Amino acid sequence: METLKAPETLKVRVWRGDAAGGEFAEYAVPARENQTVLDVVTEIQREIEPTLAYRFACRVGMCGSCAMEVNGRARWTCRTHVRRVARPGEVLELRPLANLPVIRDLATDMAPFFDKWARARGQFQPKDAGDGAVPDDFAVVPPESKARREADAGIECIGCGVCYASCDIVAWNPDYLGPAAMNRAWTLVNDVRDGARGARLEAVSGDAGCHSCHSTQSCTQHCPKNLDPSSAIAGLKRSLFWDSLLGRRG
Amino acid sequence: MSLDPRGRSHPTYIAFILHRVSGLLLALFLPLHFWALGQAIHGEAALEGFLRWADNPLLKAAEWALVVLLALHLAGGLRVMALEFLGWRARQKDMVAASLGLAFAAGVLFLLNVG
Amino acid sequence: MSRGAVHLWAAQRVTALFLGVAVAVHLVTIIIAVRGGLSAAEILGRTQGATAWFLFYCAFALAAGLHAAIGLRTIAAEWLGWRGRGFDLAWLGIGLLTGLFGVRAAWGLYVA
Repeated sequence: METLKAPETLKVRVWRGDAAGGEFAEYAVPARENQTVLDVVTEIQREIEPTLAYRFACRVGMCGSCAMEVNGRARWTCRTHVRRVARPGEVLELRPLANLPVIRDLATDMAPFFDKWARARGQFQPKDAGDGAVPDDFAVVPPESKARREADAGIECIGCGVCYASCDIVAWNPDYLGPAAMNRAWTLVNDVRDGARGARLEAVSGDAGCHSCHSTQSCTQHCPKNLDPSSAIAGLKRSLFWDSLLGRRG
Repeated sequence: MSLDPRGRSHPTYIAFILHRVSGLLLALFLPLHFWALGQAIHGEAALEGFLRWADNPLLKAAEWALVVLLALHLAGGLRVMALEFLGWRARQKDMVAASLGLAFAAGVLFLLNVG
Repeated sequence: MSRGAVHLWAAQRVTALFLGVAVAVHLVTIIIAVRGGLSAAEILGRTQGATAWFLFYCAFALAAGLHAAIGLRTIAAEWLGWRGRGFDLAWLGIGLLTGLFGVRAAWGLYVA
């Protein structure tokens, strides 16, 4: 005859507060064989604390909206199993993403993050149709060309902000564009159909741009899509160096 | 702003910290080094006087530390330049390990020859 | 402003390229020179009247002074919040002065 085992509990420390400040609150939820960090947050909100604010949408690693600081490191909570970040008996600690203003509890204001994509000229500008008109013909971009492979390497970014929250330079300089915006700029610098190379390189240069990156590679280390923004930023530095030296900048 | 160490324990982050701290200490040492060698302007006796003053275990240990810091900063800098100018994104962790190896080797060679 | 930062970055990398070679030479020299202890006679025996060494040390000192000052500028900006054109010019001045201080020392070793 089987004996009924009392469910083990998982202790969770959740940062509660808003832009003015806050503190950790402790909760206990049943520990399950298979639970993601997002499952835990949802359980707390549904069963214990209905006022807990957090953000999610797809729950399957496609939308990039559920990122938080899990035990001191930015992660997608929907794709992070609790047992991967906390051994049995260990406390789970959740904070809102670093380097972004807090709206409430675990929800941050992503506006500064996306504003920087615009400042880094993250929008595609067709070379042969400056007015936005549809070009007459398709551009031929050989899949094996070096530029195409560089662009492909960074194109899968879904803008979750994990790299931005992991970046020391953003923490030290609020104007710094950050890994995601410059990764986007690098894909466009390598897009042979794009006509704004000069202006884009100008936008990502200097202390608020690629030249402040120290290649700590926290962005590359933590990117849930395994992209390499650190190398993208290095590519921007390289392009700016040779363009300046060879007089290709306006 | 305090930075959480839990997300910052990967090899390239440690390489950054070592590169920054070694660079900072070397930059502060540079004027002292130039001042000491500048004793030569006052003749061989002045330089010899400084060298005899510096000839004690504490300053020998400091010299050893500076040699290690210099080798560390050199090797770490080569890694950064390889990433920036050659786009070597693969094997970054091996390059960090090689940097530490070079600094260690310089430290051992110094110890074997000093004295 | 951003062009200034780009030039400083480029200057640090160009000096780094030279320093990469110079520091390797320096480390080998140190390890050979410390054999049997340092003496002024031994050092000056190598440097006195040696024009090639003198020119090498002049370039080495200037590159190191500039490279170090640009690095300090970055650290001061990030850890102390010292930013702006005034600080940039001050660091540039500190770098050149440090380098010239090194040239003075090299001159001493050359003519002593």
